[in-house]
Amino acid sequence: MVFLELFIEFFQIGLFAIGGGPATIPFLMDIPTRRDWYEVADVTNMLAVSESTPGPIGINMATYAGFKAAGFLGGIVATFSLVLPSLIVIVLIAKILDKFSKNKYIQSSFGTIRPAVTGLIATAVIGIFQTAIFTGAEGKFVFPIFSVVLCVLFFVLMNVKKLKKLHPAFWILCGAIIGIVFKL
Amino acid sequence: MRELFELYFAFFRIGGLTFGGGLTMLPMLKHELVEKKNWVTEEELLDYYAVGQCTPGIIAVNVSTFIGYKRRNIIGSIFSTLGMISPSLIIVSILAMFLEQFMSNQTVAHAVGGIKIVVCALMLCTVVTMAKKTVKNVLAAIICGVACLMSLFTPVPTVLLVIAAAIVGIIVLKIGEHKKASVSEAATKGGANNGAAVADKDANSGDNKGGQK
Repeated sequence: MVFLELFIEFFQIGLFAIGGGPATIPFLMDIPTRRDWYEVADVTNMLAVSESTPGPIGINMATYAGFKAAGFLGGIVATFSLVLPSLIVIVLIAKILDKFSKNKYIQSSFGTIRPAVTGLIATAVIGIFQTAIFTGAEGKFVFPIFSVVLCVLFFVLMNVKKLKKLHPAFWILCGAIIGIVFKL
Repeated sequence: MRELFELYFAFFRIGGLTFGGGLTMLPMLKHELVEKKNWVTEEELLDYYAVGQCTPGIIAVNVSTFIGYKRRNIIGSIFSTLGMISPSLIIVSILAMFLEQFMSNQTVAHAVGGIKIVVCALMLCTVVTMAKKTVKNVLAAIICGVACLMSLFTPVPTVLLVIAAAIVGIIVLKIGEHKKASVSEAATKGGANNGAAVADKDANSGDNKGGQK
């Protein structure tokens, strides 16, 4: 039953992805090892769509992943399951809001969860690089110099002070044009 | 009932008009909720953000749930959350359908090839920004490195790694408290009046030592 499986997977993500949208990426990279809804390589497309459409990125990713698994209804189930845990948690703590955020155990565990999540996201990004750039036609390791140079160039440009405020959708459009021109 | 729909459509607008989640949504939320609707004060909104960051789930959604709850209890939180996620559901589904159908087209395939490279660069930026924000001391750097290596080279599920990080945080707190307690005990025995100050200083150095381990 794909909808029940979607519910279980995305409820888990909603419960354990702490730190917002990007924190869901490691979990989304994990799913293809268990389910055949999409491949690790598809995560790159999901990211591109999520970054260039309105709405929170985490929600967009869930909708896309669910859509890949079971169409339109799959997207709805995945998104609902993703937000359900936080809905429950927030309703429970809304009354003791101050106590919650000032609790020393909460503060201390979040102090260590945050760097751990950064490490997990770093792994996910390594995976994205692997599938998006370093994997050739038959799944073999390749090293396309042009793509690597382009990626480094984009990274540098994105960190130039004056260009920092530009929207990700702008960079994605640039990438699409370069892709078409150079037949990537 | 009217207010519930008002909640739904206010968050529908916010979700449908802002790109990227998290902090990029703050100006829009401020404009809609503080200035236009007068539903919350700016301080409250920032408080919700602070808590939304340390509750599980998507930060922007958490904030909308909070505000809905504040206005109309549980039913309010459901309506505002639904409002926030509705635009994504519609737009992303349509786009996903489009992309899946046109992937076999050569031009679209080339465009996607270029987009992939940009996504890699964007993700690299995300990691760098997050590292700057979250890795601020030796302990954090070790936790970050261990989490990264564990998830790269072992089959330990991501969920377990997050739970383990939380446990480490509580252990670090307990060690700090323990040291503080034993030091202040010693200070009182020695009859020093400035025992508290000594204890504080020692607890800090204890934390640092814990970090270097």
